[in-house]
Amino acid sequence: MRNGKVDAIVIGAGHNGLICAAYLARAGKKVLVLERRHLVGGAAVTEEIVPGFKFSEFSYVVSLLRPEIIRELDLPGHGLQILPLESTVTPMLDGNYLAAWGDHDETRRELYRHSPLDADAYDEFGILMHHMAHAVKPIIGMMPPDPTSLSPRELLSLGKLGGHMRSLGARKFYALHKLMTMSSADYLDEWFETDVLKATKSASGIIGTFMGPRSPGSAYVLLHHYMGEIDGAFRAWGFQKGGTGGVSDAIAGAAKRLGAEIKLEAPVGRVIVKNGRASGVALENGDEYHADIVVSGLDPKRTFLKLVEERELPGDFVANIKRFKTRGSSGKVNLALSELPRLTCMEPENIARWKGVPIPPERYLRGAISISPTMDYVERAYDDAKHGSFSKRPYMDVVIPSMIDPEMAPPGQHVMSIFCQYAPFAIEGGWDDAKREAFGDAVIDALAVHAPNIKSAIIARQVLTPADIERITGLTEGNIFQGELALDQLFFLRPAPGYAKYRTPVDGFYQCGSGTHPGGGIMGASGRLAALTILGERS
Amino acid sequence: MLKTTPFHPRTAALMEAQQWRRWAGFLAASAYEMSHEREYHAIRNSAALFDVSPLYKYHLRGRDATRLLDRVVTRNVAKCQPCQVMYTPWCDPRGKVIDDGTLHRFGEDNYRLTSADPNLRWLHQNARGMQVEIEDASERVASLSLQGPLSRSILEHAVGRDLGALKFFRLTNATIGGVSVVISRTGYTGDLGYEVWMDASEALPVWDALVVHGKPYGITPAGMLALDIARIEAGLILLDVDYVSARKALIPGQLSSPFELALGWTVSIDKQPFNGKPALAREKADGPSWSLMGLEIDWLTLERLYEDMGLAPRVAAAASRVSVPVYDGSKQVGYATSSAWSPLLKRYIALAHLEASSATPGKELEFEITVEHRRKRATARVRKLPFYDPARKRS
Repeated sequence: MRNGKVDAIVIGAGHNGLICAAYLARAGKKVLVLERRHLVGGAAVTEEIVPGFKFSEFSYVVSLLRPEIIRELDLPGHGLQILPLESTVTPMLDGNYLAAWGDHDETRRELYRHSPLDADAYDEFGILMHHMAHAVKPIIGMMPPDPTSLSPRELLSLGKLGGHMRSLGARKFYALHKLMTMSSADYLDEWFETDVLKATKSASGIIGTFMGPRSPGSAYVLLHHYMGEIDGAFRAWGFQKGGTGGVSDAIAGAAKRLGAEIKLEAPVGRVIVKNGRASGVALENGDEYHADIVVSGLDPKRTFLKLVEERELPGDFVANIKRFKTRGSSGKVNLALSELPRLTCMEPENIARWKGVPIPPERYLRGAISISPTMDYVERAYDDAKHGSFSKRPYMDVVIPSMIDPEMAPPGQHVMSIFCQYAPFAIEGGWDDAKREAFGDAVIDALAVHAPNIKSAIIARQVLTPADIERITGLTEGNIFQGELALDQLFFLRPAPGYAKYRTPVDGFYQCGSGTHPGGGIMGASGRLAALTILGERS
Repeated sequence: MLKTTPFHPRTAALMEAQQWRRWAGFLAASAYEMSHEREYHAIRNSAALFDVSPLYKYHLRGRDATRLLDRVVTRNVAKCQPCQVMYTPWCDPRGKVIDDGTLHRFGEDNYRLTSADPNLRWLHQNARGMQVEIEDASERVASLSLQGPLSRSILEHAVGRDLGALKFFRLTNATIGGVSVVISRTGYTGDLGYEVWMDASEALPVWDALVVHGKPYGITPAGMLALDIARIEAGLILLDVDYVSARKALIPGQLSSPFELALGWTVSIDKQPFNGKPALAREKADGPSWSLMGLEIDWLTLERLYEDMGLAPRVAAAASRVSVPVYDGSKQVGYATSSAWSPLLKRYIALAHLEASSATPGKELEFEITVEHRRKRATARVRKLPFYDPARKRS
């Protein structure tokens, strides 16, 4: 069967695919988005897995969504509503705790309880990270230049980058160099003495990677936390009303308003390539759609190793893509709860015992709970994964979305989202049902250490291993960033040297997923920059 | 939750207007009464009592205490006598001001440094290899400020002895309400005044004794709104309002040197090496490119601007911390960071950062002002600071 021709086909309705489609449609292109599943969003979806309980199944917070995308696509007008997630509480092994609140004075007071020197250092660290985020911002917003090319355009772009680096001045340049090369543990050791503070901060540097806090290169990801602060979209860090799927729905709404068509349950089998040119796609059921522009929002491995026949691609490119690291390292446990958890460390008598500031439980339960009690704890969690098993005591980032948006669960009941690391895709012997449940049990056990009532409060649970993430969303090896955010896989190396600008070896075939620069999180920059590249070439 | 000071049981009971603000993580009174006016006049007419406990305070003891302080601050600490107080800023290695405060020398190797921002880490970083104990006494020590022409009489009654020998920027030990205190002849109002320092656990008897002895002299608990006007009259700068700490500045334009803040007199360029010395020596030789000056807004032009709108002139009763552009003809030559109507001087005054070429006393500039939603410019004259400097401050 043959269908009519459109200007552009986007494969996959993840947030980057939708953003790319919206920008193409905005420029007047006739765009068709083809999605394998019954809903848009990719890994940014909300599903009612248990009746009445809505889970942000995979991605659960919004942090880096680019402000120009919010503005240019009028996402608030299509339902984007980001509610603040202000605090983080880390229970410690001795019964003490560390809290970071939304308010500077409160956070300082809490930190001072642990270390007066760290309370001062925290502010200075924040200012340095602000400078670093400022330094990196133009790099994220630019198309990565090819450092080996001598074309005037590439040289100009490289020159600009060099000029930017020079403009930082010596002090900031040294700091940036350290940040780009050190482990987050070493980087934080230069600043702080409080172990639980370093453990909690470093945990944000290892999310989604197959690195431990002591692995070199993990410091860079720390920056992500500060980048949201400087991009002009204040309070962009938070929780989307209705769950993360609400972000995808808002982008899809904008794309449709701009004229894009989205077809669900339409899995693409392959990209049709004729004489080295992409001319359309064939669905798994044989239906064909034709267009001169085909864009893949899927990860690089699926894009180049599944959708395109290997003989259409240069051999070294295929080898590069095969080597592209997509080792999934994290899992997710979503819970339907009959009652709120209670952290032992936040019980009033325990707070008094540790001379903390009394806090009503509703307050800390509106924020995140970080299970990262010591640096060794987090590093050991990694050691388990390095040797092929899931962490017996995993690092966890826990949020209770129903505390922020009461409509996520039936009144008085709750949903809990537990991001857990490490759960290696390549677990010894492969994942099966028994291992999945064992992993789920380990997560619940590790949480129950700090919140004993959690087990009796569970109405239902959903455990998602990297294998499940791959099966449901299609992300290769369940890697949440479509490929690790490691230094050897960033900027002009993402996903492969020479193909970092959203182009592919196949004429008319483009890539727009998180596996391209800058990638990572619900940022959307890849989708937008891909669309701008395509429009620059084909208008 | 904000912290409360050791005087909170008393200040909260006095608070009629629920006008609180934050100060260094503490709850601080903006004004106790519905208007701060009477509290302001107490500073210049009788005596105002301020709870200044939120100040950061560091105690330094040990063989190298003098050496550490001399490395950190710009003034020559070796010259500070026991029982003397020095006002001083301190700089980063670029010679840009981090903070300013008072330095109290209790004995040979025993000091207290007060500051607006936390400085514990900075002191530690500068103390490597030195024999000095650094204590953050911010919460252990409570402090009151008693300011105004009758402050000496009140204190003399409270301590039961003559204080005539306690000179400006000197300190002494005393007992108030049965509590051992340190009294320094210092303050933030440019008036006759004292600050009283005591252990936080014994704060309330001191407050109570001062109030009892002060009653016949019109002692008036006062808040930050009143203090803000007085410190502008006295030409005293405030961190985060009149300048940005070198530690927090995000761009070079936010940095200030002591010379640019009219604190050149505090820079002892000939003493041993200290933070920022080479940069400060260069700046001293070349002259600063900015100067902090007084600015007096001409009332007649202000009146005319309002008259053009059919209105009588109006100025807010509280001091303003909004930065205001200052022009010389078509060129912006600076900005005022604090401004207030002085009820005592009957003048509209401001603290302004001016390019050196415009910082000549008597020079006529223009101060931006919004009259009925429209931007206008009023004539303003450059003035030397302070605006108000009564003889009793030092006598």
